[in-house]
Amino acid sequence: MPDDIRPLLHASGISKFFPGAVALDEVELTLLPGEVHALLGENGAGKSTLIKCLTGAYRRDGGTITLNGAEIDPASTNESQALGIGTVYQEVNLLPNLTVAENLFLGRQITRGGLLRRRAMIRAAREVLLDYGLDIDPAEPLTSYSVAVQQVVAIARAVEMSGKVLILDEPTASLDRDEVQLVFSVIRKLRDRGLAVVFITHFLDQVFEISDRATVLRNGRVVGERDLGQVTPNDIVTLMLGRQLEERVHERKGGRAGEVLVEVEALGKRGMIEPFDLTIHEGEVVGLAGLLGSGRTETANLLFGAVQGDQGRLRKRGQEIRITRPRDAITQRFALCPEDRKTDGIVGDLSVRDNIILALQARQGWTRPLPRARVNEIAEHYVRALDIRLASLDMPIRLLSGGNQQKALLARWLATQPELLILDEPTRGIDVGAHAEIIALIERLREEGMALLVASSELEELVAYSTRVIVLRDRRQVGELTGDQITPSNIVAAIAAEAPKEVTA
Amino acid sequence: MIRSTHLPLLVTLLTFVLAYALCAAQYPAMLSTRVIANLLTDNAFLGIVAVGMTFVILSGGIDLSVGSVIAFTGVFLAVILRETSIHPLTAFVLVLVLTTAFGAAMGAVIHYLEMPPFIVTLAGMFFARGAAYVLSTDSVPIEHEFYDFLQSLYYKAPGGGRFRLIGAVMLLAFVAGGLVLHRTRLGQNVYALGGGVATARLMGVPLARTTVSIYAISGGLAGLAGIVFSLYTSAGYSLATVGVELDAIAAVVIGGTLLSGGYGFVAGTFFGILIMGLIQTYIVFDGTLSSWWTKIVIGALLFAFILLQKGLTWATTSRKRVRTGSATPS
Repeated sequence: MPDDIRPLLHASGISKFFPGAVALDEVELTLLPGEVHALLGENGAGKSTLIKCLTGAYRRDGGTITLNGAEIDPASTNESQALGIGTVYQEVNLLPNLTVAENLFLGRQITRGGLLRRRAMIRAAREVLLDYGLDIDPAEPLTSYSVAVQQVVAIARAVEMSGKVLILDEPTASLDRDEVQLVFSVIRKLRDRGLAVVFITHFLDQVFEISDRATVLRNGRVVGERDLGQVTPNDIVTLMLGRQLEERVHERKGGRAGEVLVEVEALGKRGMIEPFDLTIHEGEVVGLAGLLGSGRTETANLLFGAVQGDQGRLRKRGQEIRITRPRDAITQRFALCPEDRKTDGIVGDLSVRDNIILALQARQGWTRPLPRARVNEIAEHYVRALDIRLASLDMPIRLLSGGNQQKALLARWLATQPELLILDEPTRGIDVGAHAEIIALIERLREEGMALLVASSELEELVAYSTRVIVLRDRRQVGELTGDQITPSNIVAAIAAEAPKEVTA
Repeated sequence: MIRSTHLPLLVTLLTFVLAYALCAAQYPAMLSTRVIANLLTDNAFLGIVAVGMTFVILSGGIDLSVGSVIAFTGVFLAVILRETSIHPLTAFVLVLVLTTAFGAAMGAVIHYLEMPPFIVTLAGMFFARGAAYVLSTDSVPIEHEFYDFLQSLYYKAPGGGRFRLIGAVMLLAFVAGGLVLHRTRLGQNVYALGGGVATARLMGVPLARTTVSIYAISGGLAGLAGIVFSLYTSAGYSLATVGVELDAIAAVVIGGTLLSGGYGFVAGTFFGILIMGLIQTYIVFDGTLSSWWTKIVIGALLFAFILLQKGLTWATTSRKRVRTGSATPS
């Protein structure tokens, strides 16, 4: 892209703060007319926050947005739509009970004397959709067409109402190969018409197929803006996953010292994760690496019975076991700290003490309550051992900081003295200090002989504590790294291996 | 062209035609204009209130207050005409403003306080019924020459059927309701709400205005139904029309409107009303059946229509599954 083209939309210094967290830190985004601009980053990088600030769904706390050189300050999505910024979301945001034409014209219907002119709208809808390469009957209900067609209708609606900037938030997430091409052909047409298209996706090959440039976010900051004609998928993955991928050599102790604890054989669930084998030894940390949606969380949930697989076998210490729900897993002394602490982990209004004791008490059964003294003893022990900072054991856990909540959750599961501890993103959204403590704790537990399975998007972190790293891509295990092979660049290479290398400008 | 969304309406229509044919085969007298005229007159108030209920249910809500509002309207009119010298027309306007505002207030509570319509209109139901009791606990007769005049308006059809004013009011309510629902932006917004509130918001539907309008329409039509009911009975009684809200809901559902909102037509509700009236008429003609059989048949019909809708949902989703399963490039 030549530099002398005036940007269509320019956002600079965009900041957004949430209580206790900086969601966006001085983010800059430049959109040129007639380009497809990919917005990339792992979950929590700030992509959707940025989009919401641009569309007025959130009020930004700092920064300026200019559209065609004029400063704008949209206070609502309707306002930004009127200014020319249209958005299409992953889930088709049209009404399934209305016809295609009604969806296209909702809110801006053609009327005469207050009455709708249905025929005129159907005719107009047919013409508009022909422009988008759809030859369909707009009088039919929306749901009589495939998701791809619905997505194109949503795009058409957004463009017809706005027409300058089109933001596509994972529009292809639920489409198959041919359907993606339909959407892409529409995107190309819009690009040629001079629109600026923002394209958000987790599929790297699609980024390279359709986009001209990319802005990569990480932890609420822009870590790079790249012309995609001049970089490789490897560069992009490196940008997305790590700021500094220095090749630190970690001292590795012991390797797989212990005995085999859990053996997984062809465990899988259709549409979620392909069958995989996995052996975990005592005193070993198995890391799960991969981009978002690659199957990290799914692997963890399947093993814990939070999701029931449709095939596969499980053995623990050579004995066949069945895990169909979390209770079975707890009986087998498995433990899982889930990814989403707020919804799947803490019980916000219960006291810290009750939260810590929850899993142990659940295993005991409610008919045999733990004695109060014992409860206090356990809770106090872990508060001390994990250095959980709190005013009192009686305070509701939601008042604790993210890092302390995470430690309390760890305490909950450690209290059950698990043999296999599964951690899904154990350091997400917690401060640096707590981050280091949790990594140290993982090391300590491993030395004590516990088996751990840790899924994380933080490569440095995985490299720091894993004795073995399993790399996942597209819901499949694609590689395993052991010992000195475990370096951030090797993991990136394994993740990016199959993304297309050839990039056409 | 027949679309799956039209199917419940067609089934309703077919049910009515079939039921009427069966009735007529057994009692040919049921074909007379008298029966048809009475069908319209006897169900006028229920029909009017069911138009409002169609709006509410299409938007995914429910309005339990309408039965009480009808009773309140009747008592209010009777008392005001007995105690004061206000002309009935002025009283009509007054009570319509009152009931519309009452509905709008419930709509505002539902929207702004994000309360479920069920509980808000349940409160409204007790409130309106209580207000009726406060006005009078007895049945208050209405004697006014203007009432006599209105009641004397009818068109006598060949065959002796008297098509009265209140039947015409109901027909008018259906036509107007259909026009608003199917031919205006407000109507489209009602459907949009029923299709999904979150999506409707993202698509720029004015949620507050639409929700308030819907319940205001339902309240206003309940007021109109109350006026019609007072013309029908020439009295106001605070114990009247208990459970009419449930009859209205039944008529809407039998009319093919999905109880969860988004799908349905005003015309369906009209035939729902006619089907329910027909059952009652048949029982009168039969003479030996207890009138409570009406309830049993309506119950069975409701259940059948719920099954039908469930079946249609299943059919459309499985068809879609087949389609996505064999997706080919176009």
